[in-house]
Amino acid sequence: MTSTLTPLPARERPARRGRAVRLGPVSMPLRPRLIAAGALTTAVLAVLVALNLSVGDVFVPPDRVWANVIGTTYDDYFTIWRVRMPRVVVGMLAGAALAAAGAITQTIMRNPLASPDLLGVTHGASAGVVAIMAFGGSYGIISGPLAQVGVPAVALAGGLAAGALCYGLAWRGGIDGFRLLLVGVGVSTVLMNVTLWMLTLGEVTDSGRAMVWIAGSLSMRTWPDALPVALALAVLLPLALASARTLDVLSYGDDVVRGLGVRLELARTAMLVLAVLLAAFGTAAAGPILFVSLACPQIALRLARTPRPPVLLSALVGAALTCAADLVARTLFDGVQLPVGIVTGCLGALYLIYLLVRGNRKVQA
Amino acid sequence: MTIHEHLGRVVRDPAPTAPVRLRARDLTLGYDDRVVVQGMDADIVEGTITCVIGPNGCGKSTMLRALGRLMKPRSGLVELDGRDIHRVPTRAVAEVLGVLPQQPTAPDGLTVADLVARGRHPSQRWYRQWSGDDQDAVARALEQTGLLDLADAPLSELSGGQRQRAWISMVLAQGTDLLLLDEPTTFLDLVHQVDVLDLVRELHQQGGRTVVMVLHDLNLAARYADTIITMREGRVVASGPPADVLTPVLLREAFGLEAVVVEDPVTGGPMVVPVGRSTG
Repeated sequence: MTSTLTPLPARERPARRGRAVRLGPVSMPLRPRLIAAGALTTAVLAVLVALNLSVGDVFVPPDRVWANVIGTTYDDYFTIWRVRMPRVVVGMLAGAALAAAGAITQTIMRNPLASPDLLGVTHGASAGVVAIMAFGGSYGIISGPLAQVGVPAVALAGGLAAGALCYGLAWRGGIDGFRLLLVGVGVSTVLMNVTLWMLTLGEVTDSGRAMVWIAGSLSMRTWPDALPVALALAVLLPLALASARTLDVLSYGDDVVRGLGVRLELARTAMLVLAVLLAAFGTAAAGPILFVSLACPQIALRLARTPRPPVLLSALVGAALTCAADLVARTLFDGVQLPVGIVTGCLGALYLIYLLVRGNRKVQA
Repeated sequence: MTIHEHLGRVVRDPAPTAPVRLRARDLTLGYDDRVVVQGMDADIVEGTITCVIGPNGCGKSTMLRALGRLMKPRSGLVELDGRDIHRVPTRAVAEVLGVLPQQPTAPDGLTVADLVARGRHPSQRWYRQWSGDDQDAVARALEQTGLLDLADAPLSELSGGQRQRAWISMVLAQGTDLLLLDEPTTFLDLVHQVDVLDLVRELHQQGGRTVVMVLHDLNLAARYADTIITMREGRVVASGPPADVLTPVLLREAFGLEAVVVEDPVTGGPMVVPVGRSTG
């Protein structure tokens, strides 16, 4: 074989690559680099969580944070367990859900710029929340504590409805990824304008609260905010991991997928539903935290050098990025808290531009 | 009624006793409101290489897609080993029949081994995503196509011929004895065309695989096929051994091509020498 590549001795390679990890009847391909990247990301995430718990208006030294976490002291119980911990946990879970949704979306769309933001989910959630915040209070339909409980539910409903709408509009005896994206952009634009219109109609104070939500904020998050997204991740993430090989195949051309014995429409729809659910739950917990779903899968892809964005690693990266962004958002300007979505938006955009400018490897899904 | 009787042209069947693996019966295929293939019949006999030829847009690829269960027929049916292929579970089809679509697409940044590993999909389960069998099958497929040395090379750095070999390896890793290849030689220079077709013949001779492929080059089809199916405007014009199908009369009818058929100095088979476009 004439080649400019320098092949290693033939026999070594298949032995080195393609080894399997076995656990009873369960076996998976062994990807050492993926495992290493996962360990690294987990370590970074742990450091970020610790920093998030200790830094703030009141500085709690790391040893006291730890003592509070394991329950040997209750000195800073309120700061750690009531204020900072829920915020960190909601941020991590929301970031993980959004990033996992992004990894799935980018894979099945075969497009690195595809994200749940473009499937209507984010804007649908925003429109729902703004509707309830801008009109709910003033018109007395939903007010006070009911509005608080209602926000995540409405965000979820809005996100899912918009996702379903996009899917329905894009259906032509099958789903074409590109058409779905275009429909998603259209639906998102309409929803965004509806949202802006509702903001102008509502009371100024209500609109103000709604604006904070739209920007994606983790402030004032409490434990009940974490529960739905935690449950969603507990159910959906294992499903996504069990479908890993389907996702592997779905990143190929349609005829290749069919030829490999995959029921294309069924598989793609199921994966899309998974992504939309993850994104909707993530958005419902913390508002639309921009760019997490777009950038994290691409970061994970580069860390692990896998053929497609790995779902679990993307989720870890999403959690870490959101934690980092929230740390910056809380502490960058003394006394002024930025919504975390602003920071992730800036960080994510910068990272993406960096990737495109560096351009030694094409962005890929 | 078979196409043979239908056309009354075929003299002999290449393997009269061998069973028919794939059979198209009164097959009508189309996209949206456009009918591409109309009332087509074809038999693919076990252990043969069948080449499908015909002018551009005659429905060759569409027909191959239907044979491979990549699309549903408007009417008529495709039988795989005597069963309606659309009643066989998708995965079961993929375990006996491998398809290489025309210009298949894969995500960027794949290595050859990544691509070939994908061929193991039909035999995997969600809990058994990768096993020793898979690894062996991938290594064997790469060995057969001579790509073992390039297993870790990125697909994008391969030459056209090597990339085509990589795709064929993927279909081989699937471990099927029926192979459908849609224009496996497109965009390859003559050397690589012959190279890929020699590989196909090797797979056929050593593994006893049944191969159906769409080819553009009439002389290569003549050289490698046991049976040639000639199509024109969605219908079969002729079907049979190369010597019976590649005649000046049939070439004029199918392609509108004025040609002289001489003896191939290498194989003794028919060789088409075009004169020019027929005026009639």
